[in-house]
Amino acid sequence: MPRTSPAQRPLSPHLQIYKPTITMVMSILHRVTGAALFFGTLLVVALLVALAAGKDAYGTVQAIYGSWIGKLVLFGYTWALFHHMLGGLRHLIWDTGAMFGREARMKLGWATIIGSVGLTALVWAMVLMR
Amino acid sequence: MSHNPNSIRTPLARVRGLGAAKSGTGHFWLQRLTAVANIPLTFAMVVIVLMLAKLDYAGARALVANPLVGILLIAFLVSAFVHMRLGMQVIIEDYVHEEGRKIALILLNTFFAVLMGLASIYAILRIGLGG
Repeated sequence: MPRTSPAQRPLSPHLQIYKPTITMVMSILHRVTGAALFFGTLLVVALLVALAAGKDAYGTVQAIYGSWIGKLVLFGYTWALFHHMLGGLRHLIWDTGAMFGREARMKLGWATIIGSVGLTALVWAMVLMR
Repeated sequence: MSHNPNSIRTPLARVRGLGAAKSGTGHFWLQRLTAVANIPLTFAMVVIVLMLAKLDYAGARALVANPLVGILLIAFLVSAFVHMRLGMQVIIEDYVHEEGRKIALILLNTFFAVLMGLASIYAILRIGLGG
């Protein structure tokens, strides 16, 4: 007869068990930013549809995008866009079989986050210094 | 590859050679193709949106009506929406295990991407063609 009482063994470890590593955090961020962009790209759609719809609609969208909460969302969208782009570039490099070594993949991870923050800062410097 | 005469696989299934995976490298390839296209097109989209931010309504319409700008925007939207649809499909397949719910979400995912793509492209064409 098989034992029917619950086995006293450790459950499979999950996220909270592991010390975060740069590759793991970048992997999670790649999926999170990808999912965010799925909905974030609606910001571009809304802008174009409003522009085609007329002056009033475009004014409304401009007012929303110009408000502090609108700017905050657009700032997040900009970062997600660049982060997912650089994360994707990293995956394209890996597709060739290159840079899988410990040092190389750590460097790629840091380059992804530093690059995405840098590009976002550059774009928003252009937005705010007009 | 040698063919087992006792195999019950149809000749067509053998030629397709896909087995239990049911599909080949189509998803993977289109995902990579649009990923590569998205890199320059996203930079183009960001530059266009930055330019739009500095223009009034008439100026913004004139910019989008420019053929180069319109075509770059449409290219970005097509590539981005195809890529988004593929990516969200993988997320659904990873986290939704109940077959009915999974198929429903994958259908919705496609409808959403196609509708959003059509809406934005229609808007650009309407501006560009003077509607």
